[in-house]
Amino acid sequence: MTSPILNVENLKVAFNVGDDRWRQIVHGISFNVREKETVAIVGESGSGKSVSAMALMRLLPEQSTRVSGSVRLADKELLTLHEEQMRRVRGDDIAMIFQEPMTSLNPVFTVGFQLVEAIRLHRDISRADARMEAKKLLEKVRISDADTRLDDYPDAFSGGMRQRVMIAMALACNPKVLIADEPTTALDVTIQAEILDLIRTLQDEERLAVLFITHDMGVVAQIADRTLVMYEGNIVEQGPTERLFRSAEHPYTRALLAAVPRLGESAGHTRPMRFPVVDIETGKVDSPGESPDTVDDGRTVLEVVDLTTRYPITSGVFNRVILNVHAVEKISFTLKAGETLALVGESGCGKSTTGRSILRLTQPTSGSVIVNGNDIVSLGPKQLREARRDMQMVFQDPFASLNPRHTLGDAIKEPLYAHGFKKGASDRVADLLTRVGLTPDMSRRYPHELSGGQRQRVCIARALALEPKLIVADEPVAALDASIKAKVVNLMLDLQASMQLAYLFISHDMAVVERISHRVAVMYLGEIVEIGPRSAVFGNPQHPYTKKLLSAVPEADPSTRSKKRSLSTSTELKSPFRSVDYRPPARTYRTVSKGHQVQEWGEEWNKEFYCM
Amino acid sequence: MAAVSRRPTIAIGATLFATMALLAVFAPLLGTTDPTAINPTARLQWPSAEHWFGTDMAGRDIYSRVIYGARVSLIVGVSVALLASVFGLFIGILAGFIRGLDGVLMRIMDGLMSIPSILLAIALVALTQGSLASVITAITIAEVPRVTRVIRSVVLSLREQPYVDAAISAGTTTPMIILRHILPNTLAPLTVQATYLCASAMIIEAVLSFVGAGMPPSTPSWGNIMAEGRAIWQVRLNIVLFPALFLSLTVLAVNLLGDGLRDALDPRAQRNA
Repeated sequence: MTSPILNVENLKVAFNVGDDRWRQIVHGISFNVREKETVAIVGESGSGKSVSAMALMRLLPEQSTRVSGSVRLADKELLTLHEEQMRRVRGDDIAMIFQEPMTSLNPVFTVGFQLVEAIRLHRDISRADARMEAKKLLEKVRISDADTRLDDYPDAFSGGMRQRVMIAMALACNPKVLIADEPTTALDVTIQAEILDLIRTLQDEERLAVLFITHDMGVVAQIADRTLVMYEGNIVEQGPTERLFRSAEHPYTRALLAAVPRLGESAGHTRPMRFPVVDIETGKVDSPGESPDTVDDGRTVLEVVDLTTRYPITSGVFNRVILNVHAVEKISFTLKAGETLALVGESGCGKSTTGRSILRLTQPTSGSVIVNGNDIVSLGPKQLREARRDMQMVFQDPFASLNPRHTLGDAIKEPLYAHGFKKGASDRVADLLTRVGLTPDMSRRYPHELSGGQRQRVCIARALALEPKLIVADEPVAALDASIKAKVVNLMLDLQASMQLAYLFISHDMAVVERISHRVAVMYLGEIVEIGPRSAVFGNPQHPYTKKLLSAVPEADPSTRSKKRSLSTSTELKSPFRSVDYRPPARTYRTVSKGHQVQEWGEEWNKEFYCM
Repeated sequence: MAAVSRRPTIAIGATLFATMALLAVFAPLLGTTDPTAINPTARLQWPSAEHWFGTDMAGRDIYSRVIYGARVSLIVGVSVALLASVFGLFIGILAGFIRGLDGVLMRIMDGLMSIPSILLAIALVALTQGSLASVITAITIAEVPRVTRVIRSVVLSLREQPYVDAAISAGTTTPMIILRHILPNTLAPLTVQATYLCASAMIIEAVLSFVGAGMPPSTPSWGNIMAEGRAIWQVRLNIVLFPALFLSLTVLAVNLLGDGLRDALDPRAQRNA
């Protein structure tokens, strides 16, 4: 075993919260990272994991933070190092990559220029040599046509490609330690898998020590040799990743692990499964069962037929249409009372537009959406308002979906008032708040006083106010921490059981989808490529894209890590932008088993899939 | 209110502005003589105990005229600020909410904005007779596009908020959405914009009067007084100096108020404070 290259001893961080009052954010943590080792710091938002990383890079503002303890890189103490020398340490010895690849490159310079600058900042070599070096770096991070790509501007690179460039930049000076702060959180799962593979491979090649910060237990399982679990500024548990997943000791770790959906857990069950709930004090886990049978086959709540939504892209003085974005292209499905249909796909596949088109928050181009015998697409404003009583929406961002100026009570009353139910509205609000697991006295509070999970509960309460039959939930748990996510999903399952709600659950998270859904529809470039009962789609996926999506989900099980995928160059979503005269091809569907249909796919898929 | 007390610019601006307003309101009590009374025996006097700011070529008391002039300036400034805010708010919300109107309305606004506001105001006053109402109307028309632009951009960004989508799906009618979700959020930028409008309107009014395209010459307004003293400012500086001083102080007061409000109403600034 090699000696630790990075040694952190009793690191404490406090923030100034005004008037000379200090709040302790990190309460003295100690850990080390060895050569060629990946150590993950995992924790939920506010646990102090990113602050710790910033502190050891000395990136926190000095006036408003107090850092104490010791951070040793090999035999250098970083916390007392002169700022000038510290600057050389960053990049030369320790490099860092961040979450947001879209904003970490300067859009007005070519990628090559920025790489060359980064190299020449640390090494005294000529421009031409630096360019050669930059080309090698791009090849190292598996960007094809490195030579020509150097002259491209960042806008020609997608999110995953930019993260590769950021990694290349981080590697420019052969650092000994790489700190990765949620580097894959903003990326789609298939891209995430590629980036994780890349980091793993580069680590072998470059003998890097990696400190990997994440909230995602699935990612941890895939990448980390050792794992530190942080909770409220303390490391509550640390150890080899395999041991941690096999037999976690601290209740919080168990809670975190219980909240991680594992793909395949629901195999053999046809109905949704509640998340297990862990008591954070005792660490006891309740055993979740299958939710009760809620589907009423006789009652169709929603019928979507050939729904198409296109956005024109216009240009020039006369707003000439130059391109069409085919966001949703001829999709059809039905939804029964008490049933959950999950709409899955990666960003840009049109799943959110589908949800918005169903409520006609976005005007569909053609097709029909039938709710209660009415075609939503062709209703007049008055009838539309009436029809929307049966369907409500829950949005992804719980911070933006409540008006900051209104109390929670006012927010929940809004739909009641809009439909003229003034009498008893306050009682109804109290009842709804109780139903979503909050207390009636919260109705006088403002959104900013609430946590993300609580806000999402309020949004659900507001959606339930008119007793709708259908709820379109657009990524309702994507912005929440794992433990909160589990609770909100459980709440949604309980509400479905008690109110026979139908959910259209839009999500990119395959593992959550597996828990909550009865049926699954996989979307790719605006079309449904596969739809069927959850057990069929997950157990017997047909379409190459479904297979790719499922295989990319990081499994929260370290023992599966050995089956490494080959390092493919980026395989990102194609663009839904089409010229004005584009006619979408006619599609045919093949029935695999009862209710399980898959779109027939062309040659391009066979090629792409098998070369992976 | 706590934010106001912590910001000296608001306090200074408000005090100065209130003083001017009091002068204007109580002008009949404060003025030593009738501002329009001509006294040929006391022409072009330097400031004295009898005529504090001196007299002009017709022997009128400049102090009284300046005090009365505050009325014109403040009425024009405040009226234009209110009227332009109301119209700008209305047109801005229309443009932001009704897609078909957006293009047409905003092109008209662009057209109006492409003409310098003073030129536009002169042209508009020239169409009518110089009177308080026509001056206010002319300056209002010249200033509306600025408000419209600000409001439209605020409305467009608010419309994208998920809570507005939620209100739409809840069945809230468009007027109610505007009332509950849009209007309250436009008030802060509108208030700030209104103070700048007020300052700019007072300057434009003075310029209009100065070039003879504003208030009738007999009316005591700061621009008129300065116009009368223009030809002889090298020998009788007091005629131009005092109205100019008052105009500068009033505009400064309003601008200080505007700056203070802008900082106080900015949520980012609030967090730091």
